[in-house]
Amino acid sequence: MIFLQLFWSFFQIGLFSIGGGYAALPLIKEQIVELNQWLTQAEYNDIITISQMTPGPISINAATFVGTKIGGALGAVIATVGFVMPSVIIISILYAVYKRYRKLSALGSVLAGLRPAVVGLIASAGVAMVISSFFKDGTVAFRTDNMDFFAIIVFAACFYTIWKHKVNPILVISAAGVAGGVFYSVF
Amino acid sequence: MFKFSGEKFLKRDFRFYIKLFISCFELSAFTFGGGYVMISLMRKKFVEKLGWLNEEEMLDFTVIAQSSPGAIAINTTLLLGFRLAGIPGAIITVFATVLPPFLIIYALSFGYSALQYNAVFQGVMRGMQAGVAAVITDVVIGMAKSVLKNRAKAVISLVLMIGAFAAVSLFSVNPMLVIAFAAVSGLLLFRDESGEKEDRK
Repeated sequence: MIFLQLFWSFFQIGLFSIGGGYAALPLIKEQIVELNQWLTQAEYNDIITISQMTPGPISINAATFVGTKIGGALGAVIATVGFVMPSVIIISILYAVYKRYRKLSALGSVLAGLRPAVVGLIASAGVAMVISSFFKDGTVAFRTDNMDFFAIIVFAACFYTIWKHKVNPILVISAAGVAGGVFYSVF
Repeated sequence: MFKFSGEKFLKRDFRFYIKLFISCFELSAFTFGGGYVMISLMRKKFVEKLGWLNEEEMLDFTVIAQSSPGAIAINTTLLLGFRLAGIPGAIITVFATVLPPFLIIYALSFGYSALQYNAVFQGVMRGMQAGVAAVITDVVIGMAKSVLKNRAKAVISLVLMIGAFAAVSLFSVNPMLVIAFAAVSGLLLFRDESGEKEDRK
């Protein structure tokens, strides 16, 4: 019945993590470390670190990692499906509502107010990423030993190619990765 | 045939589904640093390059994805799938989005500690982070321009945008609160917005 428990735990994490990303962390910790003791605190810290280095939502990463550890490949699939399921159900309903009522003036007004706010939210995620890229200790302190000048140059070069020449961003990110791999392992 | 923004038609044949799958897979594989990165890449691909979505839909999907439970990237990709090709579309996009992190973590779960301290790997990650930061910057500028395009509402929109940014970045306000506040502001201040003119351009 371990599979059912895996599914149910990640279903709950999916259902109650509103606001994305780091909002899910305390829920994951409670279900995985405290309630079911599938991971130790140290393993939990490791999976968070890995999540920051690898692509994809933190909860999907956690679901795959815990699932693999508890029940192999099948466990990983079950935990991941469990996490995604609440999204599938809720988004299906919300999309139907959106499709039907987006032309209504009240919903139109609400969306008109939300659009600029969402741009602000994305901007704050962007600034956080710029800061953690430019400053080695992650805080805005303009000391030469704390500033990553190579990252600043890479940022500027990437921004210029995307902005001016409309190069595929995935290509640009990959090139930045190669440049980083060479530069940081040499210096 | 499927109707797009009142003018464009797109054939939903086998090649379309393959393209949808590959696009989402690719996007997801490069989503370092949270759901908003996915949204930025998605906008570049589906709004700017392919023209399958318009800017307003992208922002609406972001709002819905952010205010629903679950991961923002998964929610956005589901909305995209539903919008482009109904239920089969949603199945394809969610599968394509889950697959890259799933495969990577599955592989890493057998020997991750070695990679964590590998200098080349860390260098690649730092380089990519700078690239991702550049993409997100470009997308924010594009989105801000599109939101401010409507002159009559530009001032209020600008205030909401800067307010949301400052609330979250400087005062660590919960994004859900910001969204609730913006929804109410929209309802009160954008009364005349009918939403219908969106489709006409």
